[in-house]
Amino acid sequence: MKYISEYRDADLVKKVIADIHSTATRDWVLMEICGGQTHAIVRHGLGQLLPAQIELVHGPGCPVCVTPLELIDKALAIAARPEVIFTSYGDMLRVPGSQRDLFSIRAEGGDVRVVYSPLDAIKIARENPEKQVVFFAIGFETTAPANAMSVVQAASLGLENFSLLVSHVRVPPAMHAILNSPHNRVQGFLAAGHVCAVMGYWEYPPIAQTYKVPIVVTGFEPLDIARGILETVKLLEVDRYEVTNAYSRAVTRAGNQAAQQVIDRVFEPCDRKWRGIGMIPESGWRLRPEYARFDAEQLFDVEAIQAEESPLCIAGEILQGLKKPHHCEAFGNPCTPENPLGATMVSTEGACAAYYRYGRLEHPA
Amino acid sequence: MSEEEQVVIHGLVCPRPLAHDETVVLGHGSGGRMTFDLITKTFYPPFSNPTLLRGDDAAVVERPEEGKLAVSTDAHIVAPLFFPGGDIGRLSVAGTVNDLVCMGAQPLWLTASFILEEGLPLYVLQAALESMKSTAEEAGVQIIAGDTKVAERGKADGIFISTTGVGRIPPGRDVHGANAKVGDVVLVSGTLGDHGLAVLAARGELGFEAQIRSDVAPLHGLVEAIFAVSTDIHVLRDPTRGGLATTLNEIARQSGVCIEIEETMIPVDPSVEAACEMLGFDPLYVANEGKLVVIVGAGDADVVEAAMRDHPYGTGTKRIGVVCEAPERRVLMKTGIGGTRVVDVLSGELLPRIC
Repeated sequence: MKYISEYRDADLVKKVIADIHSTATRDWVLMEICGGQTHAIVRHGLGQLLPAQIELVHGPGCPVCVTPLELIDKALAIAARPEVIFTSYGDMLRVPGSQRDLFSIRAEGGDVRVVYSPLDAIKIARENPEKQVVFFAIGFETTAPANAMSVVQAASLGLENFSLLVSHVRVPPAMHAILNSPHNRVQGFLAAGHVCAVMGYWEYPPIAQTYKVPIVVTGFEPLDIARGILETVKLLEVDRYEVTNAYSRAVTRAGNQAAQQVIDRVFEPCDRKWRGIGMIPESGWRLRPEYARFDAEQLFDVEAIQAEESPLCIAGEILQGLKKPHHCEAFGNPCTPENPLGATMVSTEGACAAYYRYGRLEHPA
Repeated sequence: MSEEEQVVIHGLVCPRPLAHDETVVLGHGSGGRMTFDLITKTFYPPFSNPTLLRGDDAAVVERPEEGKLAVSTDAHIVAPLFFPGGDIGRLSVAGTVNDLVCMGAQPLWLTASFILEEGLPLYVLQAALESMKSTAEEAGVQIIAGDTKVAERGKADGIFISTTGVGRIPPGRDVHGANAKVGDVVLVSGTLGDHGLAVLAARGELGFEAQIRSDVAPLHGLVEAIFAVSTDIHVLRDPTRGGLATTLNEIARQSGVCIEIEETMIPVDPSVEAACEMLGFDPLYVANEGKLVVIVGAGDADVVEAAMRDHPYGTGTKRIGVVCEAPERRVLMKTGIGGTRVVDVLSGELLPRIC
């Protein structure tokens, strides 16, 4: 397929891999931020081709994985209400809350629908004026513009039966949290290309300089990831802590400014709890007060719901790059994609799911 | 009131019941005259054959002279009922026929049971039945018994069709899931994921237009073409729900072997590939309704591959992998860039990803 197969070309990938082998003289620990990159690495078997000196640890960039348990419980409480049509991206349906998931709510009679865009939820709201339509607005900077746009549209249409259950998270504060941890091992980052396509990479130079880590904007195909690794290793080998762009076909330094403006218009930064990691200051977005009437948490009075994680699940350590999925005692038994203890085993972008689905050869369950 | 306007009553008359010959109503499932009318006017014409027309409680057939019998049953629900490349009628015949032929059977008879939703326009039912008729003719099977029930509006989705098929396995054929042997070659008859994506696109849920046609087809001819050139066929499977990945895992588990496939050899139509990329689906897990996985002894692989390519439903045949010894009960894939990974079964429902 055009613009995809070129970046999966075995010869080109092997050439870059050979360059990585000849460039790396010391041990380096790199983190790929995005869960999509984690899956690509494991799915294409890229990790097997890297020199032993390069260790890839998997970052917190899976929106499904980091959505806090209590927010899932809030979603379940809202979705179970008879007057509600609850709309969500497909991945979220299988994510377990404390007791149940959205699939079980649907089986019990709740109206839960998979949509491909929040604008589909707007359409459902217009077609069902007697119902309250709630969209589960999760995700990083990538999904935020469309979700913000749905609020702008709902406001201009005068919709009174549409709201968002918001759990937006932002990458830069998470990088701060990882690098500030006393256990941190990460020496360089492959920044998430899709996030940077929206936000640009102007936020990263202070992080690179403060913590002395190179940050390379990286795409999602094998050749993109191999290039991102090569660039990062080159910078590390000469002690340069810069931000560079290895995904220039999609990312500019300034990013998509129209998208940033709509985010800024609708959302404001807030402290946000990350599943398995805990509270990270200023790491999320919430609706600005002038859009409070679109806030499902307030509308359905679920703000008080609290939840506790499974004590067996080490998703938090995995999402911070401290452990790998197969280090978990529950990996594969009892925790599987069919019976997930934590969200990292659920999402197509979750590190545990990637290891379980593609990597059990090297890491038997 | 003028004389012309006066209403003349000629006598008391009962209101005549409506014939309901345009829409399915609950009375069509009552077992009475309306059911009889529906059967004789709507079901008999397309499926006309002496066994069915006898109208008894059960069809009575002659036992084939030699060989074993294969029996398979399958329920079919699909929304929308008609989609590019096929419809529920074709699906309900091809689905069961393909289950039979994957055991090496030559399909002989089908029975069909219908659950119709109250309010279904009869022309929709007739179109589905016409499609069943032509698919059954293509597959050389007779529909010899049937049943109809009507569900209240909202309690079924248009038409549900459950079919049961009986076929004859000629002596000497022995294909089943536990029969894959180390060294065998794995062939697949064409592009993967066409049916699943065609149905999704027909639902209008993709958010973009796609020219993707379902591959739904009866595979008896393709299978006979294979048996015509080889006596060393070990496993035949049609990779329906769960896709190729799930089918190969079933075979690896049943046979206690490892199946190793090559990513670069997996045939996928470019528009299916593009749609899958956008939605976050893997074509390995998307349903097919007209594809065949063949596991054949290495010595016959070339002739079988050639015979498949010569058949209209096998022109896209590819040799995708081999059967190995270890690790047992696993499916592995050599990736395009030279890595190796596990190919797992589909877990639950295929869900589009977030970003």
